[in-house]
Amino acid sequence: MNPLIEIDSIHAAYGDHQVIAGLSLRLQSGDIGCLLGPSGCGKTTVLRCIAGFERINDGEIRLSGQTVSSDRMHVAPEGRRVGMVFQDYALFPHLTVEQNIGFGLRGVEMAAKVSRIEELLEITGLGPTRGSYPHELSGGQQQRVALARALAPKPELLLLDEPFSNLDVELRERLSLEVRDILKQQHSTALMVTHDQHEAFAVADEIGIMADGRIQQWDTAYNIYHRPANRFVADFVGQGVFIPGTIGGSGHVEIELGILNGEIHLPAASCGYFNGEIDVLLRPDDVVHDDTSTMKATVAHKAFRGAEILYTLRLPSGSKVLALVPSHHNHALGADIGIRLEADHVIAFPRRQ
Amino acid sequence: MPVIADAPGFRTRRLRGFSPAAGWRVVLFAVAALASAPLAVIFASYLTPADDVWRHFASTILGELIFNTVVLALAVGAASAVIGVGLAWLVAVCEFPGRRLFSWALILPLAIPAYVIAFVVVGLFDFTGPLQTWLRSATGSSLTWLPEVRSRGGIIVVMTLALYPYVYLLARNAFRTQGKRMLEAGRILGLSSLGAFVHVALPMARPWIAAGLSLVLMETLADFGAVSVFNYDTLTIGIYKAWYGLFSLTAASQIASILVLVALVVLLLEQYTRSRMRFTGSGASGEAPRMVLTGWHRWAAVGACSAVLAAAFVIPVVQLVIWAARIAAEDLDARYLSYLWRTLFLAGLAAAAVCGVSLLLGYATRKHGDLASRLALRVATLGYAVPGAVLAVGIFICFAWLDSRIPDWLRETTGLPPGALLQGSVLAMVTAYLIRFLAVGFGPIESALHRITRSVEEAAVSLGQAGWRLVARIHLPMLRRGMAAGAILVFVDVMKEMPITLMTRPFGWDTLAVRIFELTSEGQWERAALPAVVLVIAGVVPLVQLTRASE
Repeated sequence: MNPLIEIDSIHAAYGDHQVIAGLSLRLQSGDIGCLLGPSGCGKTTVLRCIAGFERINDGEIRLSGQTVSSDRMHVAPEGRRVGMVFQDYALFPHLTVEQNIGFGLRGVEMAAKVSRIEELLEITGLGPTRGSYPHELSGGQQQRVALARALAPKPELLLLDEPFSNLDVELRERLSLEVRDILKQQHSTALMVTHDQHEAFAVADEIGIMADGRIQQWDTAYNIYHRPANRFVADFVGQGVFIPGTIGGSGHVEIELGILNGEIHLPAASCGYFNGEIDVLLRPDDVVHDDTSTMKATVAHKAFRGAEILYTLRLPSGSKVLALVPSHHNHALGADIGIRLEADHVIAFPRRQ
Repeated sequence: MPVIADAPGFRTRRLRGFSPAAGWRVVLFAVAALASAPLAVIFASYLTPADDVWRHFASTILGELIFNTVVLALAVGAASAVIGVGLAWLVAVCEFPGRRLFSWALILPLAIPAYVIAFVVVGLFDFTGPLQTWLRSATGSSLTWLPEVRSRGGIIVVMTLALYPYVYLLARNAFRTQGKRMLEAGRILGLSSLGAFVHVALPMARPWIAAGLSLVLMETLADFGAVSVFNYDTLTIGIYKAWYGLFSLTAASQIASILVLVALVVLLLEQYTRSRMRFTGSGASGEAPRMVLTGWHRWAAVGACSAVLAAAFVIPVVQLVIWAARIAAEDLDARYLSYLWRTLFLAGLAAAAVCGVSLLLGYATRKHGDLASRLALRVATLGYAVPGAVLAVGIFICFAWLDSRIPDWLRETTGLPPGALLQGSVLAMVTAYLIRFLAVGFGPIESALHRITRSVEEAAVSLGQAGWRLVARIHLPMLRRGMAAGAILVFVDVMKEMPITLMTRPFGWDTLAVRIFELTSEGQWERAALPAVVLVIAGVVPLVQLTRASE
């Protein structure tokens, strides 16, 4: 099966400022992809290039095998069958909920139009607000109108630009699951952009970590967290600290906390001149609290999280690790507590000189 | 009514590779050139050698004209600031009987053109007026000790009554929108509630007060009708007399250039304060509790508000209605229908022209946000600071020049009459209105355009609605209200406009405002009341709109 979107090393710039530098990605029909990255990494520009609002200087974008953007050609946004949910929703203030949803259904025969609107009102739960104007709705309702409006003409591809960033945390979590359900039910192919990894993990099947106008890693959430392709991805996704270590002759890794025996993941991308000196990534769940352990560390900071406490622990050498500990193990700042390593697989990068 | 504040900017940023049509930029520069042409020809008048009329003016009354103009502006400005800020403080911060009523009623004098208040006051207090006649018969004395109403003091009082609402309105809104957060911060730092007002609220409102004040100054400099009723010779009167009394267009434009220089000073003040009208308390939440006035304070507050309201609105309106009712039976005839028709026709034409040009300017600034385009927009909308008398002279000279450029062969082949074709035509008049009131109409249309954000447009495009469909389904419905608001404001302003209409109208094109000028210059106050009533009723319309928008 051919992918629905194919992007081949595209370049785009605002004036002299290069925003996208040779970005490529593929997304299969029916999948939900997500571009995750810090603000200013160019992820929204990628969406705008796919939608046709911006031109590209080099490379090619294909939708269902058809070229829509290249350095020579540019299909107008209205000719692409691509829907978009905007960060500020961009609802039409002079139209009701129903009229907003039906806006893109021009030229569709009346009965089909009505039934499509009804269907979307039904699945988004917006039925009771059908006659309201956008300013009368709550943030979550506006968000759903924006989604329904974009879905109404059954676009081949739906683009979502930071769709949850204007909502409060609780609503954000609930809506992101709801949106995923709606997209799956409609068999939509969608590409979302966000800077919030929880959102990305909740909604997407595949995630692309973006930095410097390029995709650093395109993978599942699990792999991105546990098998980061490079230091940037390791740093950006999840929590963790790097501590120095060495690779022994037999392939085991030795760090201050002991010898790690798990599977070692040393990304190929970072091989080069290498003398066995490495930095090992320790996630908070790799360090386990154990009162019986002989290895001790001092509590430097603690952040209460409800079910757990996130401890920042100082090792005798002065370097620090994070540990996620069930919250009934409540230790005072400055106390020495026992810890143990429990890492199945080790992520390591050659030492930075 | 001049524009009060700028809406926040909205610019589109495009990726390299897009080259939007340069046509929009041409529109911007063309309108800017049109707006600056009258000023250019006025200053060009110095290139022609001074004629006798100018020398006569310069050696005799020019000094007095400048002195009168500056004194009037300064005095009206100072008095409006005191009255405007004082009343705004009372209704925005204090609590006393009738506060709610006064809060909006004190804006009402804006509905009455200054020249109408002027002739009502003169008619009331003149030697032959009802007040003096009654006093004479009651006391039996000749009352020679009474001050002459048509004096410098008199015109200052009248102009202040007509114009203080600009300061009042802006200061009141500034006090109101500050919210209580800032005042509370002041109180927690040890200020009394009056102290917090003086040291926190007043300094914060200063840019708005200054903006209101610069509007008052612009209107005072531009005024023609009120000063002519009072026979108080200012620069605008000088322009009129040089042109229509002594038939020297050169002298008129040289006097006009002096007035422009004075207006420029006010304009700079206005532009400076406008750039500072940014620090709204964004965290403003809720109104501060009001200071409840007790004892004699509260009655003093009620007295002050009632006195200003009575003098500036109630008494003039009542007097107008009495006069109009008395005169209506004999004076109201078919001629009035034609005055009214011409007034409405001109106002409608000007409103349509302003709306059309504003739309063009609005779209053009959406496409181009560079410095040159922004400057061009500023120049294009500066007409509100140029007094009407100046524009009338400038436009007349421009159109006379255009007339002289029509080649003879074209006249012969098309049978055009020789001489004046464009000067003194409706086209000249509407062009002058367009320049003068462009900013008034542009304001609401521009802010409506700002509401069509880039993402709203893109949402429509991504749903397949581009080009004319985008205009029909998104732009027009979303712009409708802004265009209506702009059109109404311009319509009413043109109805009340006097100097441009008086000086550039085609022969026989009398409007209500011209009729008022003619009757008042003959001292027929009662008969002038009839057209004035129509103008006052029309003037209420934008006020209702204004208060609705702010509530």
